[in-house]
Amino acid sequence: MKQHFDILVVGAGPAGVAAAVCASETGRSVALVDDNPAAGGQIWRRGGHLPEQARTWLARLDVSRVMRLQGWRVVDSPEPQTLRAEQNDGAGSDGNCADFGYKTLILATGARERFLPFPGWTLPNVMGAGGLDAMVRGGLPIAGKRVVVAGTGPLLLAVAAHVAERGAQIVAVCEQASMARLARFAARMLREPGKLMQGAGYGLAMGPMRLKTGCWPVAAHGSNRLRAVTLRQGAKQWDVECDHLACGFHLVPNTELPAMLGCRMAQGFVATDAMMRTSVMQVYCVGEPTGIGGVDLSLLEGQIAGLTAAGRTAQAKDLAPRRQARLGFVRALHNACALDPQLRKLAADETIVCRCEDVRYAALRQRTNWREAKLHTRCGMGPCQGRICGAATEFLFGWGADSVRPPVFPALVSSLANLPDGSAGADARCVAAGIFSENSKETA
Amino acid sequence: MPEPARSILLTVNGALMTVAPGTTVAAAVAMAAAGTRTSVSGDPRGPLCGMGICFECRVTIDGVPHQRSCQILCAPGLSVTSTERAAAADTGAQRRP
Amino acid sequence: MSTAFDVVVAGAGIVGAACARTLAERGLKTALIDAGVVGGGATAAGMGHIVAMDDSPAQLALTSYSQRLWREMAPELPDDVEFEACGTLWIASDDEEMGEVRRKQGVYASAGVKSEILSAEMLADAEPHLQPMAGALLVPTDCVLYPPCAAVYLTREAVRTGATLLAPKRVIDLGRGRVRLEDGSELHAGRIVNACGADAARLTPGLPIRKRRGHLVITDRYPGFVRHQLVELGYLKSAHSVTTDSVAFNVQPRRTGQLLIGSSREYGAEDATINHTLLAAMVARTQAYLPEIGNLQAIRVWTGFRAATPDKLPLIGPWPEDETIYLATGHEGLGITTSLATAQLLVSVMLGEAAEIDAAPYLPSRYAQRGAGANGPAQGVHVDAAEKSHA
Repeated sequence: MKQHFDILVVGAGPAGVAAAVCASETGRSVALVDDNPAAGGQIWRRGGHLPEQARTWLARLDVSRVMRLQGWRVVDSPEPQTLRAEQNDGAGSDGNCADFGYKTLILATGARERFLPFPGWTLPNVMGAGGLDAMVRGGLPIAGKRVVVAGTGPLLLAVAAHVAERGAQIVAVCEQASMARLARFAARMLREPGKLMQGAGYGLAMGPMRLKTGCWPVAAHGSNRLRAVTLRQGAKQWDVECDHLACGFHLVPNTELPAMLGCRMAQGFVATDAMMRTSVMQVYCVGEPTGIGGVDLSLLEGQIAGLTAAGRTAQAKDLAPRRQARLGFVRALHNACALDPQLRKLAADETIVCRCEDVRYAALRQRTNWREAKLHTRCGMGPCQGRICGAATEFLFGWGADSVRPPVFPALVSSLANLPDGSAGADARCVAAGIFSENSKETA
Repeated sequence: MPEPARSILLTVNGALMTVAPGTTVAAAVAMAAAGTRTSVSGDPRGPLCGMGICFECRVTIDGVPHQRSCQILCAPGLSVTSTERAAAADTGAQRRP
Repeated sequence: MSTAFDVVVAGAGIVGAACARTLAERGLKTALIDAGVVGGGATAAGMGHIVAMDDSPAQLALTSYSQRLWREMAPELPDDVEFEACGTLWIASDDEEMGEVRRKQGVYASAGVKSEILSAEMLADAEPHLQPMAGALLVPTDCVLYPPCAAVYLTREAVRTGATLLAPKRVIDLGRGRVRLEDGSELHAGRIVNACGADAARLTPGLPIRKRRGHLVITDRYPGFVRHQLVELGYLKSAHSVTTDSVAFNVQPRRTGQLLIGSSREYGAEDATINHTLLAAMVARTQAYLPEIGNLQAIRVWTGFRAATPDKLPLIGPWPEDETIYLATGHEGLGITTSLATAQLLVSVMLGEAAEIDAAPYLPSRYAQRGAGANGPAQGVHVDAAEKSHA
């Protein structure tokens, strides 16, 4: 069973929504696949404050003719111009798996947080910054809870503001970048009045909040769950009691699906031209996988790709200068969030680095590359497929990742039994020429 | 959003609880003061990334283990069991009919 | 670093590592070289099944001998080798296959391998997730392990007893007592062992080795879903065929509780990309035996290359075209199983000693005499294993 579309968009964050909406409004058949229960990705996640820009775009999506495949996760590309996806609603589905054919593909797979290991980081209630935000939007009660926000990037302030709005007691906001670095970034933002307004908007909601710079957690404490964090700033080190630590060290792009499809990479991001085309024919990539640049850039890129894919090249080209102007922001953000080398020294020998397989730092620091670590310690062999530990080991040891094979997320075994044309192989009839099964009574 | 704010009744680790619509199973488990899973060396774990990538939020839902609870909304009648011990007790996949 | 050795072993997969360990143990000055990660080739791609296999008397002799060596080594193996004596169940799906089960029991008995026939009821008790079958043959002495860590263990033992490990170092040329590396350096040795698996023919042209690609799937952790290595009786027919692509039911429980799902064989595939059609056939076949396996989460899929010879027996011993070259390669799907016996046989032959089993069936000279071409016998010509056993 296979449905076909002119344009298939993967990821319903700002970039994907913009691409799908613009393509669909030209009359092309467009489908939007996303693995969350609702559209919006991470930054426009329902369940909390949504800026007007988000509400406008999501409303435009709702009235469009985009075929919504919400709650579907792409796992594979079993043949050219086809993606295989699984339905993601847990118990209640029969493990539905379906193939989707496309003429043009727009990848808007977004980014995830980078986590760095330090003693105690695996305790329950230590989460990412975006992670805590997502959980709160998903209904986690936070009123009256003491929260430390740490790591790096504009996300920290946004998360602190949001959870404070929901009644959390912000104990500290710790940015690892130095004041000097931040000042350079702030200066950059001053040239971007819109950005400053956004930042100010978050600031207004914050109330009195202590932002510490050059500051990071060195240990989390607790037995079954977090109860305190040790923070360090320069020569000072002190403990704070808290219920939650929201800690993320900037964003890494979700490049696994583009890589599996053969898209060329540059410095770890998907390489595209000015119209957001990748090195693979008929495949575009937009938003964070092409460079961590935030919402406005993602919206521009999504529109450019959606319009270009739908043949509205002139309209797309009109947007290109605005994108060009914003690319400086990508660089500035990247530099502002550069990680302090001291963060490499936080892990102790017994600190877990690979959380899926409980591989500790001591086992890893003897290895010379990712593949050796994987084969000899099982690091990266768990269900996260190295997404969490890979980003950490890249920073800790400079290791690059393996090539990407399907499935690009864990998939049901039954999804692998579907033939490339989408038909079920589940009756054990092996239909392709030259393939036979040795039990003679079952030969097709 | 035009949704009636009816509570959803589900079971977490054998205990009945009610949650608002739009609540994720991960949040429900946290409200039940349970960790989601036990690590391979026996330590309690809870959600980390909140977006379906870290796999720390895995729980068993209606007998099916390894479900990413941060991306699954609570639905009426769900039976949720946390920790890997639960997954070990159920060695196959009992699908709801 | 010295550049002169008694023996240089090219290839630190499980076979090369086993050979280096035995050579070092015997006091020979040994170097072990690998272009990449120890145990990173077919050793990392395969199933780690230690199995007595009866495709031919020579194969049964080699696998049962080597399996005994593994069981003797088991107590000293470190934890990360994940050695489990879980046994194999050869599954019979009908009465005809039950007849085959009884025949197989007799063949195993002749080689001293004990086995037990399970009725349909006993099988259902032993493996509740199996579709109802006619019965099975249980071989309790079969085992499983995690191969890359086994290769690392054997390598460490080799180094501990005096061998030199050179990795990562790529061999570009070997022969006439000299091994040339990509970095320009050279090693000299009276004997060179080519243990390079699917890559062996690159370094020793004319070897009758063809690459035979396989797929594997590994699931998340489901402890107890399957308790033994489960193999369909038709597996041997799949492994036996020299010309066609095929799949056969073969599932392994790992100590982690993960399931390893195989098996597939194809010729002509040169790269690591997944063949979705063959993968679907392999998984569909698996579901025919274990219907609920479809509901489990698959974490990874990968391919690997077996080194296949036309008569399904490895090449162990001197290569007649160069008196300094010895071969320890061509193990197809039995590299893990027969690695330890390969090492013993190789060293016995090298030192002119009697081996514990007859080394003749595995001598590479059986191919040099027949004048077989670089890829073994011509396409479509099936070399009958029974004929070959006394080459």
